[in-house]
Amino acid sequence: MVWGRQLFMLDLVLLCILLIGLVGACMDRGFSSLERRLLYWPQPATGEQRRSIVPRAWQGLLLPLALLALWQASSSFGWVDDNILTSPLGVLHSLKAGVADGSLLEALRLSLQRTLAGLLIGGGAGFLLGVLLGLSNRSERLLGPSLSALRQVAIFAWVPLLTAWFGLGEGAKLVFVGLAAFFPLFIATQRGIASLSPQLGEAARALRLDLPHRLRLLVLPGAAPAIFAGLRLSLIYAWLGTIGAEYFMPSDGGIASLMLGAQQLFRMDQVMAAMVLIGLVGALLGNLGQRLESRATRWRTA
Amino acid sequence: MNAFINAALHAANQADATPPLVSFEHVSKTFTVDGQALEAIRNFDLSINQGEFIAIVGASGCGKSTLLRLLVGLDTDYSGSIRVDGQPVHGIGGERGIVFQEHRLFPWLNVEQNIGLGLVNEKLTQGERARRVHEYVQLVGLVGFESAYPHQLSGGMAQRVAIARGLVASPRILLLDEPFGALDALTRQQLQDELLAIRERSGITTLLVTHDAEEATYLADRVVVLEPRPGRIKAVVEIDLDHPRQRTGVALHGLREKVLHQITGDGGYLKPPVQRVEGLRPELIAL
Repeated sequence: MVWGRQLFMLDLVLLCILLIGLVGACMDRGFSSLERRLLYWPQPATGEQRRSIVPRAWQGLLLPLALLALWQASSSFGWVDDNILTSPLGVLHSLKAGVADGSLLEALRLSLQRTLAGLLIGGGAGFLLGVLLGLSNRSERLLGPSLSALRQVAIFAWVPLLTAWFGLGEGAKLVFVGLAAFFPLFIATQRGIASLSPQLGEAARALRLDLPHRLRLLVLPGAAPAIFAGLRLSLIYAWLGTIGAEYFMPSDGGIASLMLGAQQLFRMDQVMAAMVLIGLVGALLGNLGQRLESRATRWRTA
Repeated sequence: MNAFINAALHAANQADATPPLVSFEHVSKTFTVDGQALEAIRNFDLSINQGEFIAIVGASGCGKSTLLRLLVGLDTDYSGSIRVDGQPVHGIGGERGIVFQEHRLFPWLNVEQNIGLGLVNEKLTQGERARRVHEYVQLVGLVGFESAYPHQLSGGMAQRVAIARGLVASPRILLLDEPFGALDALTRQQLQDELLAIRERSGITTLLVTHDAEEATYLADRVVVLEPRPGRIKAVVEIDLDHPRQRTGVALHGLREKVLHQITGDGGYLKPPVQRVEGLRPELIAL
């Protein structure tokens, strides 16, 4: 596929996308039939998460600390080439230097900006389409099959096509991140709304709630647990998508482009410092999503 | 109060009577199940006067809840005509309030907000709205629980909220679809009495669907007994007793037996044969 991109053989690229999509669809179909056969119990509610982070037991820290010690020892005693694996202290040092001269933070700012913009565009579109398809059976029949077929295309299979259409600039990256954030929120919103209690829907009809009231009082609060689960997933997907986009379309800075540059210069300390940062941000975003979710669905446990 | 209703009832039967508030004329309903037509209701005729309390009883599956859904306007696919105040029913209207068997409160809204749902279509100021909601919170005896969520309420309390929600927009007809069916016996009796008190105060026309002959005879002025498959009227039993009625009274007991027999039996009502009990001294029997 990479040579396809370089030669602009778009027909081949499209064929690859189609194939990848088909394989994904088959896998999805097989998995869901398996799931139906194996699962009988009702799904636990997504919003019922633990509300605060329980302090982890200290045993959980043993393995990471041991690995860290082994890592440090291996580079201190010269077991591994420094160009392949730098020492943790080196990584820490590079992290400090990167933060001090602002290069790492600037890259991080660029990446987060992309993540949020992509989430806003893609997630927003996914949410709106999810509401539309969840509420209207006709639009579900019209758009549902196409969208679920499109969903089966693995996200990175879009890279060749997007680079051909939008180049390697900011626009292509934004579209890619948006695409990554679109589907989780779209699916979650649609399913959340479609699975609302029909009894409550009937009560809303008997109370003559019009569409804005129905959305505000019934549909959105009722689907909120699913929507927020989708948002959490979208947030993580957008972050993954940002890293992917910066890696495959390296221009205009960003944390992954920084990594790519560092890798080419064999600056492993910088690569790993960037990795540490990416992991931290990912964990932070996941936590943020979970907090948002339990806040918005307080009525379950209030 | 009841004397007044009886007088109104009597007047309604005169030649120059005012038209009934609700009238069902030749109402039939057919469902399609797996491509097969299933007749749910056949030729149902009933007039309900202003202020009257009607109970529709019947075994499960006799189409009594379907009738209620037709009157509410949740289901518009039927033949015959249903009129309220002489006007044909077009969809769901504010003059009909409904309470379902399950409370169907919105779990993410508290008691006040759930009752306020009934006022969504009323043009009221914020203060007026709050005052109305409070009035109905008081009516169903839930003062102090205004900001509780449905899952924090007992079944009886939740059903009270549902009743308040059905009444808050001041409908002219209150429709109750087995509203106390899911409650325990004690709570059910309590809520039945409260329903009577509410009706006493508001004089609202009430249509209750139930499978409980005792509930029907204790509450209603007239009991309509339905026969299943297809649902059609088997008998209409007048309950000409003043409120408050004695649950264990002889008169009510006799009527309940009559209704029960209509629901379950096929032939006419037969009095159980009196059996002589030998060797029992009369002074030991306390009635």
